[in-house]
Amino acid sequence: MSDLLRKDLGFADGDAVYEALINAISGLDDQQAMKVMAKLILLLGNQIGDPAVIEAAITVARSETDG
Amino acid sequence: MQTYEFPRFAFETPPELAGKAAPRRRVAIVGAGPIGLAAAIDLAGHGIESVVLDDDDTVSVGSRAICWAKRTLEILDRLGVADRMMQKGVTWQTGKVHFGDRALYQFDLADAGRQRFPAFINLQQYYAEEYLVERAGEEPAIDLRWRNKVVDLDAQSDGVTLTVETPEGAYTLDADWVIAADGARSQVRRLVGLDFMGRVFEDRFLIADVIMRADFPKERWFWFDPPFNPDQSALLHMQADNVWRIDLQLGWDADPDEERKPENVVPRIKRMLGDDIAFDLEWTSVYTFQCRRLEKFRHGRILFAGDAAHQVSPFGARGANSGLQDVDNLIWKLALVLDGKAPDALLDTYDAERVYAADENILNSTRSTDFITPKNAASRAFRDATLELATDWPFARDLVNSGRLSRPATYTESPLNSADAFGNVAPGTPCPDLAVRMARAGETARDGWLLELLGDRFAVLCFGVQAAASAGLGDLPADAIPIALLCVTAGESGRTDTIIDAGGHLARVFGAEPGSCYLFRPDQHLCAAWPSADVSAIRSARDQAVCQSRQGAEPTTAAAD
Ligand SMILES: Cc1cc2nc3c(=O)[nH]c(=O)nc-3n(C[C@H](O)[C@H](O)[C@H](O)COP(=O)(O)OP(=O)(O)OC[C@H]3O[C@@H](n4cnc5c(N)ncnc54)[C@H](O)[C@@H]3O)c2cc1C
Repeated sequence: MSDLLRKDLGFADGDAVYEALINAISGLDDQQAMKVMAKLILLLGNQIGDPAVIEAAITVARSETDG
Repeated sequence: MQTYEFPRFAFETPPELAGKAAPRRRVAIVGAGPIGLAAAIDLAGHGIESVVLDDDDTVSVGSRAICWAKRTLEILDRLGVADRMMQKGVTWQTGKVHFGDRALYQFDLADAGRQRFPAFINLQQYYAEEYLVERAGEEPAIDLRWRNKVVDLDAQSDGVTLTVETPEGAYTLDADWVIAADGARSQVRRLVGLDFMGRVFEDRFLIADVIMRADFPKERWFWFDPPFNPDQSALLHMQADNVWRIDLQLGWDADPDEERKPENVVPRIKRMLGDDIAFDLEWTSVYTFQCRRLEKFRHGRILFAGDAAHQVSPFGARGANSGLQDVDNLIWKLALVLDGKAPDALLDTYDAERVYAADENILNSTRSTDFITPKNAASRAFRDATLELATDWPFARDLVNSGRLSRPATYTESPLNSADAFGNVAPGTPCPDLAVRMARAGETARDGWLLELLGDRFAVLCFGVQAAASAGLGDLPADAIPIALLCVTAGESGRTDTIIDAGGHLARVFGAEPGSCYLFRPDQHLCAAWPSADVSAIRSARDQAVCQSRQGAEPTTAAAD
């Protein structure tokens, strides 16, 4: 399943993207930050479209967090 | 209640207690709710007698079903009550979704083209039941008994003995088949010792029916987190007689007995409607909802239908609507089995198809409930994120879930479907209702509806009078299990029933070519389709749809009883 997801760096400038993500939630309380992250997931997920890719990402995200 | 007077149906001494001969019954139906009543009327339409036992002496009391879906109206039309329901009910098709104090977007349920019935009407459940009771009263084949409570049963391999309690004492009644339509607290279910599988939602809802003269439109209005009910949801929907349904989510910690008191209900509703609108309370209750079903809907000679078999939250209006589809699915099968024309195994497909449908309803209802009531802070964040995006991002609107309103199940995986498929309508799909111009044999053409022509028997739609004739389809109506023949033609001729499709609309909807054939089951779901007419293919698809694999030619004379 996870071969649907690329493991190498997809961004030209990874540091910049990471910074942008952090900036997106800086200065917010947890509740607001969660909502911004949820919007990001919805917008990016819709852009990806393929539910199999999203399922694969969910599996990875969940398995790294459960234990 | 101010707007409705409950009829009181008289108890009559049953023959069993009057010392009269009480023959074994072919079918006993437990429960005269919408599902039991519809089952009895449908059976009568197939010429089958039934006895209906109900522990009460009136129609549904309190705030229950209001939204009746298009497919339900089509079924109820076949049963003879849809016109009355349309007349009394409120037709609507628009829903508005609000978040906080803003209107987010609206949706429109209307289908394109001329339709016999709208997507939904709203009508209080007691009216629907009243009409069904009156309709049942016209059928000599229906023996409807009020204040007859089933208290015990003994299931045998070839029938069931019911013990029935009445004001004049108890009696037993033997039946070949029992339809358990005795609702969510089904006594029959308990007597057989069955459990529900599924979830109870830890949430409470205040359901209030209020009488008011308000100029709100005939629309379904839903609020997430409105100022008048912070952090909770709300719903406003019009019914007949200037009665409005109000649903206010209260949360799990609410005290149901306190919340039901008028001194608490009235201020809540005032906060919602404002101080200027005068209203009277018609009925209030506090509900908890569940999404669950029996593992199997058939237990030997006992067939469970409606709330006795499955329950959902009301947000998709899938309760009574799906129960009536149970009836639609069950009765033609039971009729064929009772007439000895189909094997008992056909009733296992009632279980297979309606369990599949119940799971679809439960899935939709569970998803709505999860959206309306987020289970933790992060799901709440997802929910609110979706709502905030919905104004400007159409994709997010599609994710907003204030209830996925009832749609008929498509039995895609049904063992009754043949592998033969063709055109735009897949096997298992309910036939779309379409305006047609039709000419019955020997009559002048008139406007009508396709479903009315299909009726409650097998029917084949053949595109072309000549194609049907040369393939020998004219013999099908004389089969032991008859298949009505409906020919679609461009011109105004034909010796059989014909549909005049001058504009080619029907052909486009079905993706038909000259000679194409579409076979429908008695519940109007498609079982197979072919690019060209082939009488033996049609017969074997019909046989498959009744669980009968038959070799050789069909006898042309009807089989003996
Ligand atoms: C607030 C609310 C809103 C709803 N809104 C909708 C909606 O908009 N659309 C929709 O489709 N559905 C809706 N529903 C669901 C709908 O009300 C039910 O699905 C429907 O009533 C089920 O019909 P039924 O005939 O299976 O059971 P019931 O209506 O419960 O009827 C069962 C009958 O059996 C009788 N009975 C029980 N035990 C015995 C016994 N031992 N012997 C003899 N008789 C017995 C009872 O007296 C009753 O008459 C709503 C429900 C609620 C609570």
